Amino acid sequence: MIIDPDVVTLSRLQFALTALYHFLFVPLTLGIVWILAIMESVYVMTGREVWKRMVQFWGVLFGINFAMGVATGVTMEFQFGMNWAYYAHYVGDVFGTPLAIEGLMAFFLEATLVGLFFMGWNRMSRVAHLLTTWFLALGTNLSALWILIANGWMQNPVGSAFNAETMRMEVTSFSEVMFNPVAQAKFVHTVSAGYVVGSMFVLSISAWYLLRGRNVDFAKRSMTVAASFGLAAALSVVVLGDESGYAVSENQKMKMAAIEAMWETEPAPASFTLFGIPDVENKTTHYALHIPWVMGLIGTRSIDKPIPGIANLVEDTKGRINNGIQAYDAMLVLRQDKNNAQAKAILAEHDKDMGYALLLKRFMDDPRHATPADIQKAADSTIPNVPVLFWSFRIMVACGFYFIALFAFIFWQSSKRQLEKRRWLLKLALWSLPLPWLAAELGWVVAEYGRQPWAIEGVLPTALGVSSVTAGQVLTSLGGFVLFYSALAIIDAVLMVKYARKGPDGLGLWPPAEPAPASTTVPAHA
Amino acid sequence: MFDYESLRLIWWALLGILFIGFAIMDGFDFGIAALLRVLGRTEDERLVMLETIEPTWEGNQVWFVLAGGATFAAWPQLYAVSFSGMYLAIFLVLVALILRPVGFNFRGKIHDPRWRALWDYVLIASGVVVMLISGVAFGNLFLGVPFKFDDDLRMTWDGSFFELLHPFALVAGLVSLSMLLAHGACWAAYKADHVVADRAVRVARWTTLAYVVFYVLAGIWLAYGVAGFAIVGPVVTDGVSNPLHKEVAHGSSWFASYMQYPWFWAAPVLGFIGAIGVQLSVGKKNLACFIWSSLMVAGTILSAGFALFPFLLPSRLDPRSSLTVWDASSSQGTLGLMLAMAVIFMPIIIIYTSWVYRVVRGRVTLDHVRQSGHGY
Repeated sequence: MIIDPDVVTLSRLQFALTALYHFLFVPLTLGIVWILAIMESVYVMTGREVWKRMVQFWGVLFGINFAMGVATGVTMEFQFGMNWAYYAHYVGDVFGTPLAIEGLMAFFLEATLVGLFFMGWNRMSRVAHLLTTWFLALGTNLSALWILIANGWMQNPVGSAFNAETMRMEVTSFSEVMFNPVAQAKFVHTVSAGYVVGSMFVLSISAWYLLRGRNVDFAKRSMTVAASFGLAAALSVVVLGDESGYAVSENQKMKMAAIEAMWETEPAPASFTLFGIPDVENKTTHYALHIPWVMGLIGTRSIDKPIPGIANLVEDTKGRINNGIQAYDAMLVLRQDKNNAQAKAILAEHDKDMGYALLLKRFMDDPRHATPADIQKAADSTIPNVPVLFWSFRIMVACGFYFIALFAFIFWQSSKRQLEKRRWLLKLALWSLPLPWLAAELGWVVAEYGRQPWAIEGVLPTALGVSSVTAGQVLTSLGGFVLFYSALAIIDAVLMVKYARKGPDGLGLWPPAEPAPASTTVPAHA
Repeated sequence: MFDYESLRLIWWALLGILFIGFAIMDGFDFGIAALLRVLGRTEDERLVMLETIEPTWEGNQVWFVLAGGATFAAWPQLYAVSFSGMYLAIFLVLVALILRPVGFNFRGKIHDPRWRALWDYVLIASGVVVMLISGVAFGNLFLGVPFKFDDDLRMTWDGSFFELLHPFALVAGLVSLSMLLAHGACWAAYKADHVVADRAVRVARWTTLAYVVFYVLAGIWLAYGVAGFAIVGPVVTDGVSNPLHKEVAHGSSWFASYMQYPWFWAAPVLGFIGAIGVQLSVGKKNLACFIWSSLMVAGTILSAGFALFPFLLPSRLDPRSSLTVWDASSSQGTLGLMLAMAVIFMPIIIIYTSWVYRVVRGRVTLDHVRQSGHGY
């Protein structure tokens, strides 16, 4: 059957919006839990009340965010079934497993403990509560691990093979799926990005208190923790991002070429284009400012291996499409005559390229009837949106280097006890608040938009993954999400600002009233 | 270690366990949410209601997420067909599930009665929607849903949202609603201040009675008014997971499996015993009532799963496309690996969940919520 292109477009739009929205909350959770765990560890080790109050105060803001993260995460799971039913069928055997393990190993842990984190202060010993916080942090981060193992497999589908009898991908080696180098690189890069977000959040709000002269002791301590944790995180996000880039260049050459707007293969070692205006129509980059050697080093870890350009990759793709058509033909023969030895041999040889035949399905019902022009069209469709990738990547990287500088400088000033005097620095910290989110979202744009037209790189084109729903149904849910998510975003922002403004003083958390309050429960329900 | 047939049976059982886990653990949260303003007449009483589930509802909701994830991994076709086929119904459930975490969290953040009332109604609606639609969806399984596969195993669905609201499915929805309301009321009777608990006792009595009526009605309707599905010809239990390799007849009885395996009758009997247990024990306002209502929930879901066996999702449009235990599973390797994971992690989950319940044990009193002053 021919797939309705409107359903594809709307489903992609809905997935992109809900995923980007979900990832407004996830990185803050990933980062701030560790900051809470560090603060509470200091409290348990030193016994100083202010550290406990810091955990409780930042915990209130964490709680608001956590609820949104959990709520919007359910949407992601549901959509694979609702909007991407053929995807769910085609790769569920491989892709579903890490999601299920995430539930078993990680999500259960964090969700079960989060209630105790808020309600358990008076019900258990200090150490037991500290352990709760640490396991909560562990749970959220393990959750990211399994989600990124699933996502890593979409980028680099190892440990699996096509089964023509069940018409789907099946696991051949789960350890390959688990230890997929792309997944590992993505995991450390993504959680580090989360730590940067968490650090910037604490840093910016603390800077605001210092600018106002409120909660000074409280804010200075918070800033020290945030700056040191943030510096380590910013360094690792850049270094591990580079590792991630290397992993991409190994298996997603087209994504790499698009990020670089590298239209033709350059002689090794390739240069890095610092700036330029990619021109899709003429397949060239205007005003390009090149830095010699850098790209070759990032992409190949060598000075003699070339990085293939877009034109060459399209040519390679045509060959794989032809192989895929043979595999597809063999599969149809086997459907009629399942013992046909010749067809079995052809399928065994070319089943890795089956996905490339499926690329043609966007344009025709039966890939076997493809003309050279159709094959060219399908091969051209594997070029992602070059300008978007080019710019997203550069802005993300620039943010990364800026974070290193900012955290390092604040860390230095904080250790010299000069923070309060550097009002410009505090203002800079405050206004830098949105940047880590921007960088994180752009990172996902590079990773996922750069993977197009594939849902699973080289295996399943995105357009084929959709459900057999109507455009009207998807439009209904998409409209619902836009309205409903906008309302929640407004409420979330209002509550965040309200509680950040109230601050530890306004909430009666710090300084402690005399005598010390009878109840140490956080005054806000979380 | 296990052959394919055994693994499929084990995963069919695990699917049942996950749904029962979800219904028992998350079900009482839905019940509490739905009864928020029935049992909680004042703000303080509502705070008591909320605090009975406050520390634990988040963990409970993972049963749902896990049931979804495990279905995706172990029964991918079931996941794909049900979620995309019942698109708008699932979307409603999704909205309800999103509103719960934010509702629980945001309700107390602003001290304004109108704000709190707004979130009360959001929580009530979300509880009712999930309880009702889960039951309606289950009811539709017995009617058969309108889908078929092409040769590439791409599914098409030929039906609308409103077709899901068949009278039999609505009765199934009422079974689910009354059952989980009773279950929630039992929790309130055990856990909430006596003022609230006394009301919960009365609600538990009435809703259990309603449950019995609807359950019997659904059973009779199923026996005399709903045609069953049956696999025709030899049943291959360890073949490839391709639903198109079998023939299915629509027109038999859903009670056929009960005739074949008489021990299946234990499930509906358990449902009734649970309901009787609730009636006898609820007045004492202790944990016993909650245990009885849990058995009632388990018996009801088991009785439905047993009747469907070996079907997971029958198709009335093209019976051959029906998904069964024998042809809709993941590969043997995936089922084996997932089983190992479940065997390792389920006991760990049960241990720390039990620990959390132990830490927050005890009745939530009005004095407590007034003193803690959290005002949610």
